[in-house]
Amino acid sequence: MSNVKNILLNPIFNENPIGLQILGICSALAVTTKMSVALVMCIALTLVTAFSNLFISVVRNHIPNSIRIIVQMTIIASLVIVVDQVLGAVAYEISKQLTVFVGLIITNCIVMGRAEAFAMHNPPGLSFLDGIGNGLGYSAVLMMIASIRELFGSGSLFGFEILTLTTNGGWYTPMGLMLLPPSAFFIIGLLIWALRSWKTEQLERSDYKIGGHTALSRA
Amino acid sequence: MSDSAHMSNDSPGKGSPQNEKDSIKNVLVVALSVCLVCAVIVSAAAVLLKSQRLANKELDRNKNILIAAGLFEQGVTLEEEIVSLFGKFEIRVIDLEEQRLLSDSEVEQAGIDVLKYDQRKAAKNPELSIELSSAEDIASINRRARYSIVYLLRKDGKLDRIVLPIHGYGLWSTLYGFIALRGDGNTVSGITFYEQQETAGLGGEVDNPAWKALWPGKQIYDADHKVALKVIKGTVDKRSPNAKHQVDGLSGATITSRGVQNLIRYWLGDSAFGPVLLGLSGRG
Repeated sequence: MSNVKNILLNPIFNENPIGLQILGICSALAVTTKMSVALVMCIALTLVTAFSNLFISVVRNHIPNSIRIIVQMTIIASLVIVVDQVLGAVAYEISKQLTVFVGLIITNCIVMGRAEAFAMHNPPGLSFLDGIGNGLGYSAVLMMIASIRELFGSGSLFGFEILTLTTNGGWYTPMGLMLLPPSAFFIIGLLIWALRSWKTEQLERSDYKIGGHTALSRA
Repeated sequence: MSDSAHMSNDSPGKGSPQNEKDSIKNVLVVALSVCLVCAVIVSAAAVLLKSQRLANKELDRNKNILIAAGLFEQGVTLEEEIVSLFGKFEIRVIDLEEQRLLSDSEVEQAGIDVLKYDQRKAAKNPELSIELSSAEDIASINRRARYSIVYLLRKDGKLDRIVLPIHGYGLWSTLYGFIALRGDGNTVSGITFYEQQETAGLGGEVDNPAWKALWPGKQIYDADHKVALKVIKGTVDKRSPNAKHQVDGLSGATITSRGVQNLIRYWLGDSAFGPVLLGLSGRG
């Protein structure tokens, strides 16, 4: 039972796909200017990861090794197209704002990585949970970045005004940088720093050590 | 990787020998069946959701017409009001070859259903469109449909708004949008682009409300009824006598800005809507 719980909850902080595995950064930069858009992206990615893990795990014993990746891609791509179609039908405004990024879930390393690393070796139920867990881990980071970017970039959260902007007669001058992609890079960097200071076991051993200065007397 | 902790022991190929799984027969069977199942699922989703998607697209287009005309305020007007607000428009057809507004009976004769007429499709049909020579084609659209829809709004019997569909090439893509003019057929009341694939953040800013807000009040034509409106580089000098004919260019998007200027020059010029606008506003 604890194994099931671990699979579901570990990816949120302990093995976060963005924080520890540094996957899926591209979409994390692109869709986090507004919380509502980021939320839809999170739901879409979580569903795709969970169901691609499920289906790939169901057929894992029949997939020939030689065409393993292409079979996984076909399943993932089909799911992404279905999600894209559903979004266009039920949430047209948001799907217009997400534009190409829903389609780009296909190339999101989290989906592919979980299929290859987990779903190919584990039963369907656990794989599904692993997909949900990793989706939640991605969502946690995305929502944190989006809340910071929207609050300081537009003075609002989920579109509700929190800090009154100067343009609306308030006191807050929005930080334009927050609406540009580089700000997400800084925020992700700071988040990873915070996460690794809290969970020190996530620190990576450095590949090499920089030697000290050569003593002057020996130069 | 960190996953090793979770990996259970069911090695791939349990129950069936590894070489059988990798046999050519199995590769073909798996490849074909995966393709088949996925194709069925994808096409089922596409077919089942098509009507809803098209309805959304139409609603979005109508909303853009309302925004251009200044009747829709983002966040204020309810989505449900779109249909009733849109119903106030008088939808007419312009014959761009003869450059006049068609009467209802002529529209019927031409076989056009104003609610279903697809100008984009018509532009590809040789019977319903003409090819533009390179000298004429300043908006880079190649072909132009013979008939164009125009949306008219009357207030107390007087013409209040004229909404015209416009399109033209920017940097990467064709921009599709609407321009709304006041009853005088000269003053801009709004502009929108509902479909474009310009660079997000640069050319994509044609869809930015702050930029679109620069348009209302600008004058399209000079005294000789020539298109004088220009999208200039940098910021408009408000004291300049030409300020009413100038709009700030998008910074970092010179080619998109030029595309917008060209499509205005073409569609509102003499070879497209220009003469019809003169007639409509009663100045001609």
